[in-house]
Amino acid sequence: MSDAMSVAATATHVEHVGHEKLGFVRTYIFSTDHKMIARQFLFLGLFMMILGGLMALMIRWELAWPETQVPGTRWIPEPFMTDGYMNPSFYNQLFTMHATIMVFFVVMPILVGCFGNLLIPLMIGARDMAFPVLNMLSFWVGAVSGVVMLAGFFVPGGHAAGGWTSYAPLTAVTQYTGVNWGQNIWCISLIILGISSLMGSINYITTIVNMRAPGMTFFRMPLVIWSLFIVAILLLLALPVLTSALAMLLLDRMAGTSFFLPAGGGEPLLWQHLFWFFGHPEVYILILPAMGIGSDILAVFARKPIFGYRAMAFSMIGIAFLSWIVWGHHMFQSGMSPALGTGFMISTMVIAVPSAIKTFNWLGTLWGGSIRYTTPMLNALAFVSMFVIGGLSGIYMASTPVDIFIHDTYYIVAHIHYVVFGGSVFGIFAAIYYWFPKMFGRMMNETLGKIHFWPTFIAFNCTFFPMHILGIGGHMRRIYNPMQYEFLQPLQPVNVFITVSAIGLGLAQIPFVINFFWSLFAGKKAERNPWKANTLEWVAPSPPPHGNFDTIPVVYRGPYEYSSPEVAEDYLPQNRPLVSAQVAAAH
Amino acid sequence: MMSWLPENVSTYGKDIDRLFYLIYYITGATFLLVAVTMVAFLILYRHREGRPARYTHGNTTLEIIWTIVPAVILVVLSFMSQATWGHVKGHMPPADVHVQVTAKQFNWEVTYPGPDGKLGTQDDLEMENEVHVPVNKVIIVHLKSKDVIHSFFLPNFRLKQDAVPGREIQAWFQATKPGRYELPCAELCGFGHSGMRGWVYVHPADEYDKWVKEHWPSA
Ligand code: HEM
Ligand SMILES: [Cu+2]
Repeated sequence: MSDAMSVAATATHVEHVGHEKLGFVRTYIFSTDHKMIARQFLFLGLFMMILGGLMALMIRWELAWPETQVPGTRWIPEPFMTDGYMNPSFYNQLFTMHATIMVFFVVMPILVGCFGNLLIPLMIGARDMAFPVLNMLSFWVGAVSGVVMLAGFFVPGGHAAGGWTSYAPLTAVTQYTGVNWGQNIWCISLIILGISSLMGSINYITTIVNMRAPGMTFFRMPLVIWSLFIVAILLLLALPVLTSALAMLLLDRMAGTSFFLPAGGGEPLLWQHLFWFFGHPEVYILILPAMGIGSDILAVFARKPIFGYRAMAFSMIGIAFLSWIVWGHHMFQSGMSPALGTGFMISTMVIAVPSAIKTFNWLGTLWGGSIRYTTPMLNALAFVSMFVIGGLSGIYMASTPVDIFIHDTYYIVAHIHYVVFGGSVFGIFAAIYYWFPKMFGRMMNETLGKIHFWPTFIAFNCTFFPMHILGIGGHMRRIYNPMQYEFLQPLQPVNVFITVSAIGLGLAQIPFVINFFWSLFAGKKAERNPWKANTLEWVAPSPPPHGNFDTIPVVYRGPYEYSSPEVAEDYLPQNRPLVSAQVAAAH
Repeated sequence: MMSWLPENVSTYGKDIDRLFYLIYYITGATFLLVAVTMVAFLILYRHREGRPARYTHGNTTLEIIWTIVPAVILVVLSFMSQATWGHVKGHMPPADVHVQVTAKQFNWEVTYPGPDGKLGTQDDLEMENEVHVPVNKVIIVHLKSKDVIHSFFLPNFRLKQDAVPGREIQAWFQATKPGRYELPCAELCGFGHSGMRGWVYVHPADEYDKWVKEHWPSA
């Protein structure tokens, strides 16, 4: 121990943070503490998840029982609904906003905003982010963007109705959709959100580069920190492209510039190139943190070092590079040159390789483990297995000829949901169950956790797997009444089955909500290290005070030394010094 | 699962379906491999008192194998796909029949060139949402759009091609079986997107001649 003390004492990072008492507003609202900001992002994301989920259920009702009254919606006024009957343009607004909310206001705020904020300082052994005020601004600018986005429902003409991908010219001219300010607000909100994300990403990068505890080299960082580091870089580079595209779209709409309008010399496909140049890195922004989370949790509960740590880190770096040269796979049928299609097919096939590497390494991590089936572990395992299905379905679409048929069908919808719900959202659940004790100082209830997990896992598959069948049957996405098509009528029972399952999936979230709030106030008090994990966040008290650590920890080894023969216990925290006598005793 | 595919009635449809099946078998086998291994590990290596986990950081040989094998499979798949892709979307084959399809919210305007075989002349004929073509002939579709992006989707022909305003895009197909086939729009094009639908009528040779005579009696 005296060893550690002397190292710590000489470390330059040991400084004492003032612990002056802050008022309510500075503690809970305009807080600069990364942990409070993380909680704020979490509550924002969970609230938005409820809204996005309800929208999804309305969409599903319409598809299963087209043009019937949607239960409980009589209160929604014209022009959205007429006495509970959904108008087609409102249907378009619903799927546009469902996806927009889930991507930009649920998965990003929770995975990147919440867990990025919570974990980066704690896991690298820092007292806070590099720029705490910027961090606070990042949340509040994001919150403003969320309010602006929701405001779009209350303007004449309704909200944006051009899909989350917002293809021009449909979205560039008011008369094509009948939506005026809704579409403008959609653009403005996302421009604001881009500012929020930029502030966050600069902060993350700076913090990780500069504020790692003594001994925390890059290759001793937990994979979740690697993933967040890479995501921050992707955000920094991808968001300006989206912001520029949105600004051009707004100018087309409001100033008559015709960037995307052929009549004025513009080019509709330019929007798609810009959107997907952002959009493909964006989908990896949604999944990389979940990959990091999954890796960490798998190692902890298999009580084993991660299999192929360096390969895991390098495959994420590989994904980050490749994600810039695959965007054209969204445009195979767009009228883009077929020769370009060939190039994008090859790069897309190649980007599946790092995903395969990661999958096999996760399996390798389980091999020979001593697996504990806690709720976080179940969710992490669900993440791995569902991501496999989503990754494999990507290969069908990567093959340009097969994509001719399945592009813009429910096959794509199935793929999206296996990667984003099966991947990112199970990653989110795993992370919440796992880090809840650190975040709030209390354990979540395991029984309720399992009552949440199993129905969710089953209902998820019943909801999204049959969408592959719809896609193979040729069922188009974004149609509001499949019964209008003769060739889709035999598929209608599948639509009904999916909707019933989706309602089940919604109901399966009730135990989670109960568990979350009940544990928040009455959960069992958490110790510092309830899961017996190695990483530095577990060195700090639960929840960590302002400044996180009593003294800044010193790091002696990588994050995954589980079941090491060097010690008697099955874990070896990154900051525990090993005196040679102790080593000898263990042998 | 693949039996849900709509009946294929185009010449290249079988090539596309063959790839679809091939990928189905490859990914299906991969999924089974991963799923069985995972379930086996989850059962075999569940926590047991007194049985420690294996302390290992990886295995370079294994990792190289599971990098190279998927990479090779995927590259081979790309080359196999390329042949069909080039055939369907690359160079257009010599046409027997031309039709122009102009998409607009929320209809397909179909223009036939008439006996002179040229579009944009006096004897052109326009129909809404009806494409009449002969069986076993190469049809070239000249796709245009008057307003937003639409997508010309023929599920039974395994053909999908976006129609983009401001340009003409060509697509082709050759039907192998007479009949009446649906032509939905596959790209979101506004509040009437759902229900934007036409029909392709594939006629046997004699019936097609009769149809031509009916519409161009002078010819
Ligand atoms: C194994 C790697 C993957 C491959 C080969 C792949 C391939 C593709 C392809 C080719 C498309 C376009 C299909 C079309 O529109 O015709 C697509 C769409 C999509 N992918 Fe992936 N993908 C992969 C992984 C992921 C991951 C990890 C995510 C997100 C977490 C993701 C999210 C999406 C989304 C959201 C879309 C649809 C966008 C839209 O049109 O609304 N994909 N994918
Ligand atoms: Cu993509």
